[in-house]
Formats: sequence, structure tokens, C-alpha cells
Amino acid sequence: MFANSKLTAFVQRWLVFAIFVLVWQWAATATNNVVFPTPLAIIGRVQQLWLNGPPSRLFLGSGINTDVLPSVGRLAGGWAIASVIGIVLGIALGLVPVLADYASAVLAFMRAVPPVMLVPVFLVLFHIGTPMQLATIVFGSIWPVLLNSVDGARSVDPIKVDTARAYRIGRVRWIVSVVLPAASPKIFAGLRINLAFALILMVVSELVGSADGVGYQITNAEGTFDYRTMWAGIALVSVLGFVLNRLLVAVENRALAWHHSTRLLEG
Amino acid sequence: MLDVIEFSHTYGTGTKAHLAIDEVSFRVDAGEIVCVVGPSGCGKTTLLKSVAGLHRIDSGELRLRGKQIRGVPGDLAVVFQDYSRSLFPWLNVASNVEFPLRGTSLSRAQRRERAAEALAWVGLADVARKHPWQLSGGMQQRVAIARALAYRPALMLMDEPFASVDAQTRAELEDLVLRVRTEQDMTILLVTHDIDESVYLGDRVLVLSESPTTVVDTLKVDLPRERDQILTRASTEFVRLRSEVARQLRH
Repeated sequence: MFANSKLTAFVQRWLVFAIFVLVWQWAATATNNVVFPTPLAIIGRVQQLWLNGPPSRLFLGSGINTDVLPSVGRLAGGWAIASVIGIVLGIALGLVPVLADYASAVLAFMRAVPPVMLVPVFLVLFHIGTPMQLATIVFGSIWPVLLNSVDGARSVDPIKVDTARAYRIGRVRWIVSVVLPAASPKIFAGLRINLAFALILMVVSELVGSADGVGYQITNAEGTFDYRTMWAGIALVSVLGFVLNRLLVAVENRALAWHHSTRLLEG
Repeated sequence: MLDVIEFSHTYGTGTKAHLAIDEVSFRVDAGEIVCVVGPSGCGKTTLLKSVAGLHRIDSGELRLRGKQIRGVPGDLAVVFQDYSRSLFPWLNVASNVEFPLRGTSLSRAQRRERAAEALAWVGLADVARKHPWQLSGGMQQRVAIARALAYRPALMLMDEPFASVDAQTRAELEDLVLRVRTEQDMTILLVTHDIDESVYLGDRVLVLSESPTTVVDTLKVDLPRERDQILTRASTEFVRLRSEVARQLRH
């Protein structure tokens, strides 16, 4: 239909979303309820709060500093810490089956606890502020990448194991140069999931345990019946999640180019 | 070069123990190609892996250049049957060939040079920057051979290296192995299930029996060193030898 396949891809991706927004606009206008502002109104508030800066700063206003940056900082920090611990611990457990045997019961138990339930616990332990949020994010989002790392390390091709042994490749180089790349497809899959978890936990932990950031904004606006701001906050979180996910996918596509190509050939 | 003295291998323990290999003895002299033929499941791969130090040696003695094999010896390289799983897909061809050298005391420039040399020698200098999965099966196995060559081993072990390639590519790779022996002055122990290949390549052919495996016979291949895929395979001596091997295998 379209000569340009990039245009087709773009339309495919955004057509349904555009229709969704239009339907929403129509429905919100029709019901005329202050709790459900129209998308246009929400965008207007978003612009008021955060996009009121000069063009030289990409229109970003000072609101960004109090609302967005702290949240993104906690999210990125928590996600990074969870990822590093998850990968290191996961590979260690995957490579030393004995360790995994001992640890599996404890891990299964801890993993089953819904992290949101632990928010009050962390509040008591850390009080309001960034450490509490980081603890919540790390504890809640570490599981996907941890489990995937264990799986990835365990399922390294035995022929590669034999090859590495036959060429006397040392233990450290084996882990860094063979196990890590071989497990990276599974690790990246875990990273994408734990990014989603981290985002949710960031917002949730900010709803109760913070004095700044997006979550705080949302709960504060809801408390003062400022629904447009509340929805603006929600929209912001969605955009944040979308952008970060696409960033991660872009990194993954670069890092796993070899994997995707091999799969294409096999398929 | 290689001495295998009354080597036995048992799978499992206690009542489930199964004697897979029963006191196999043979020798490989420097500069020789020895081909090991045997029925499926007779433990040819176990034998090769034990020589490579990948299996623990419970019974018997294996000596490489006089020294007993404990763990993986440093002057030995292995070419596996499944080249696509043995090469690392996240590295390009040159990095793959260079990879085993990273643990040695060579500088980066020296490693690169050796890898380039090995690749040029097997005729793959122009695909150095490609990735293994972009190459055909025969080319991938040649990369694996280049990787073994760059390692500069004294003994090269090959485990059914051409079982997974088509017949024409197999012929090319067989001739490559002959060149490796002659031009690189290499000693090669090659396991195969292909009788014709074993006679074509070997200076000696070791015929193994079914499990519990013993050496049925060692045949000396009295063909000239210069071998040709068409002429040699048509010669009377070749036909006689391969019939003899086939007969021994049928035991």
C-alpha cells in the first residue's frame, strides 16, 4: 500500500493509539466529569507544569527539576543497582549449582512477597526519602533479572564449555567472555521486565514515602482534587516508561545483533 | 608423540557400571595422521575427550610427548564436529581465531598476527571481519581449524570434523587436513565414522569394536603421501584397504 515501508511501520505502531486518544477525547467531553479530564486538557496541564521553559532547553521548565528528575534518578539508580546485583548473583548461582540448591528455598520465599506489601516495612526501616525508595525498587525489581541470569548461566552450550576447557581458558575469562555473552539474551529479557517493575515501584514508593517526584505530585494532586495535575502525572509516568523501554530496546538491539541474526538464519 | 596404554573407561558406578572402553592401546608418532574408525556408540568421542583431558582418566595411562596427561595439556588443540556451536557467535571470525591465545603471554599485536596468518593459510583472509553465522558450514569448520592452528599445538584432535558438511565440502576439507599435516608439520588424531575418509587421510587406521571397545586392528596405509581425491580413491590399494577396514568393522 505505502511505497515507503518505514511509513507503514510508523502508521502500524501509532494508528491504534491515535484512535484510542480520539475515542478518549470524545468520551471525556461527553461525560464532562471533572475527575476525567479530556486528553487535550491533560496535555495543557502537562505543558503548564513542565513544558513552560525556553526553546533552548527543549521547552523544559523548572518543574522538571522538582518533579521529574528526582523520580528518574531514583528509577535509574534503583534499576541499575538491582540489575548489577541480579546479574552478578544470578551468574554466581547459575555457575555453582550447589549454591543454588542452598539458596533456592530462601529465594523462592522472598520472591513471593509482593514488593508493594513491603512498602510499610521499608518506611519504618528507612523513613521517608530516597533510601526507602531505592530499597523498595531494588528488592522488588531484582527477581526477573536474577532468575534470568541464573537460567542464562546454567544453559551455556556444553560444546562451548568443552571448547573453552580444551583451550584452557581461565575461570575469569570464561565467566566474562563466554558465560556473560552467552547468557546476555536471557539477561536482557530479564532487564526489560525489571525496568517495568522498577517504574511501578518507583511511583508506588513515591506515593507514600517521598516529598518530591512524580508519585508525590500525583498523590498530592489527588488529595487537593486537582485532577488535571493528577492525570498529567499519570501521563508523564506512561511517557517515562515508554521512553526508557525504547532506550533499553535500542541498547539491546546493538548488544544482541549477533543473536537476532543467528535466530533469523535458524528460523 | 602420543601414547595410549591400556586405557579403559567405565560409565556409572556400582551395579550400573558399564565398561565402555576396554584396555585400548595405541601410539601416534610425530607427523602422522592416525584415523580412528568404529561403529556408533563405541566410545570414539570418549577416547578423544580423554586424550584432550576433558574426561578424567581412571584406568590406564595417556602420555603426550612423554608427560602423563592430567587435565588439559597445553600443546593440544581440538576441532569439534559441531562447528556452529563451538565458535562464539558474538565474536567475529578473527576474534574467534584469536580467542584461545588471550590467556597466553603474547601481546595483542602478536595474537592478531597469528590469527591473520592462520586465517590466510586456510584461505579465509577476506572474511576476518564477518561473524561465524554469516559463513557456510565448510567455512565455519575452516575457522575452527584456523583457531586450532593459531594455537600452535603439537597434536591436533579432530572429532568427526566433517560429519556435518556436504560431500563436496568434505573433500575440500579433507585435502586441507592433508596440507595441515604436511605444511604445518602437524600430528593429527582424527575420529571418523567414514571408512573412505579414514583410509584417504590416514597413515594408519585404528579400527575399534563395539562396546566394550577394544582395538580390533591397526592398518598401515601404504598409499603415497601425495593423495588425490579422484586418483587415490580409484587405486587398487585404496579399494583393498577400505574393504579390509569395512570387513574389520563388521566383526
